[in-house]
Amino acid sequence: MDHQQEKVQLFGMWASPYVYKVKWALSIKGVEYEYVEEDLWNKSRQLLKHNPVHKKVPVLVYNGKPVAESDVIVQFIDDVWKGHGGRILPEEPHERAMARFWARFVPDKLSPPIWKWFTTAGGEEQDAAHDAAMEQLRVLEEELAHGGNEFFAGDSVGLVDLSLGALAYVIPMYEEIIGERLVIEERFPSLYAWMGRFLAAPPVKDHLPPMEELKLRFRAIREYFVKNA
Amino acid sequence: MSEPVKLLGSFGSPFTHHAEAALRLKGVAYEFIQEDLGNKSELLLRHNPVHKKVPLLLHGDRAVAESLVIVEYVDEAFEGPPLLPLGDPLARAAARFWAQFAVDRCSRTLFKALWTPDGEARRGLVAEAKDNLALLEARLEGRRFFGGDEIGYLDVAASGLAWLAVLEELAGVGRSMMGEEEFPALCRWHGEYTSHEAVKACLPSREQIMAFYAGIKERLALLAKSMQK
Repeated sequence: MDHQQEKVQLFGMWASPYVYKVKWALSIKGVEYEYVEEDLWNKSRQLLKHNPVHKKVPVLVYNGKPVAESDVIVQFIDDVWKGHGGRILPEEPHERAMARFWARFVPDKLSPPIWKWFTTAGGEEQDAAHDAAMEQLRVLEEELAHGGNEFFAGDSVGLVDLSLGALAYVIPMYEEIIGERLVIEERFPSLYAWMGRFLAAPPVKDHLPPMEELKLRFRAIREYFVKNA
Repeated sequence: MSEPVKLLGSFGSPFTHHAEAALRLKGVAYEFIQEDLGNKSELLLRHNPVHKKVPLLLHGDRAVAESLVIVEYVDEAFEGPPLLPLGDPLARAAARFWAQFAVDRCSRTLFKALWTPDGEARRGLVAEAKDNLALLEARLEGRRFFGGDEIGYLDVAASGLAWLAVLEELAGVGRSMMGEEEFPALCRWHGEYTSHEAVKACLPSREQIMAFYAGIKERLALLAKSMQK
């Protein structure tokens, strides 16, 4: 594949975890790209042209051709820059299937109860969401521990790590804002260790959102949800 | 010596069909094991402990769960005509993007509309489903299949639409949401898909679909209600 004449743009927004997932993937491959920050209250004509269906970020534009949906973008990046930088998906078909399975587990099973916990006022309902989140974390903990690797599929950041990734900085923020722990080291030793390792990993550590601003944003979000319950 | 392939499924379910269609299209010999969803087998629970759902593919001792993950696995692990276009990252990304769209925004929305009682909510869902179907209609661009001359990944992912007519009959809908006047290309595609040699062999008959859904009609109404989040 000829990478000489290519042009890569990423349309994103500073607080979106899906945008960071794509940034980390590009970083794994060592791809140079132009980043375009979008104001989601005033979307650019370019964004609407490149993602008319969902009108969302992230969108990757490769030589003028758009690719949308972060999971699709990450696999696209792995395809295009095959042989460059690290592998995002494993080589072997069953391992690839396992990576895709666990990557989906995060948005399908884990994120919903975590979001519910974060956006619900203190009380019975919030406790139930907390318990539900713990249950899903237990499943993930077992999977990570069972693999016995630094990251989910091996010794470098891959698809599952990218999918879970943002939670490595989001969960501690939620814990601070709510005043309740979720990923307690004694209960989830592998996940806890993974979180620190992920945030320090080469493709990730220099591509993290501004934490103080993010925290303020999350506080405002929680206030909004609790008030409008 | 090739390893035995088993597919645990529920005949009548569109998700089980995704997996079976992939196996048939690749020409893979497999044993179909019908699961009683009210009394799940030990084999299913052992190999899909996370979701406890069908379809589940067993290739030797390797288990693969989640219908579209299974489709990609079958595409990659076995010889045969490619379901996702080879060597074309943009086309592969487009197929994955539209497959997600077909499942989440078309099939799922139609399903919700079907089981939502008459009223404003239902009208909104029908309008949304039709808007989304129009986008899928445009993707066909006068071709036989989404994949071109041959069935591909996106055709398999969109196959849930083939269930619509029977489900509308079961739900007592007067006029189809995917009518021929509004969606001529999709209706033509429906005919092509359902009469394809390989696919035909694993498409449930009207009676089989009726039987599968009639048994769970009440649960469906509850499921549709719970999907409104």
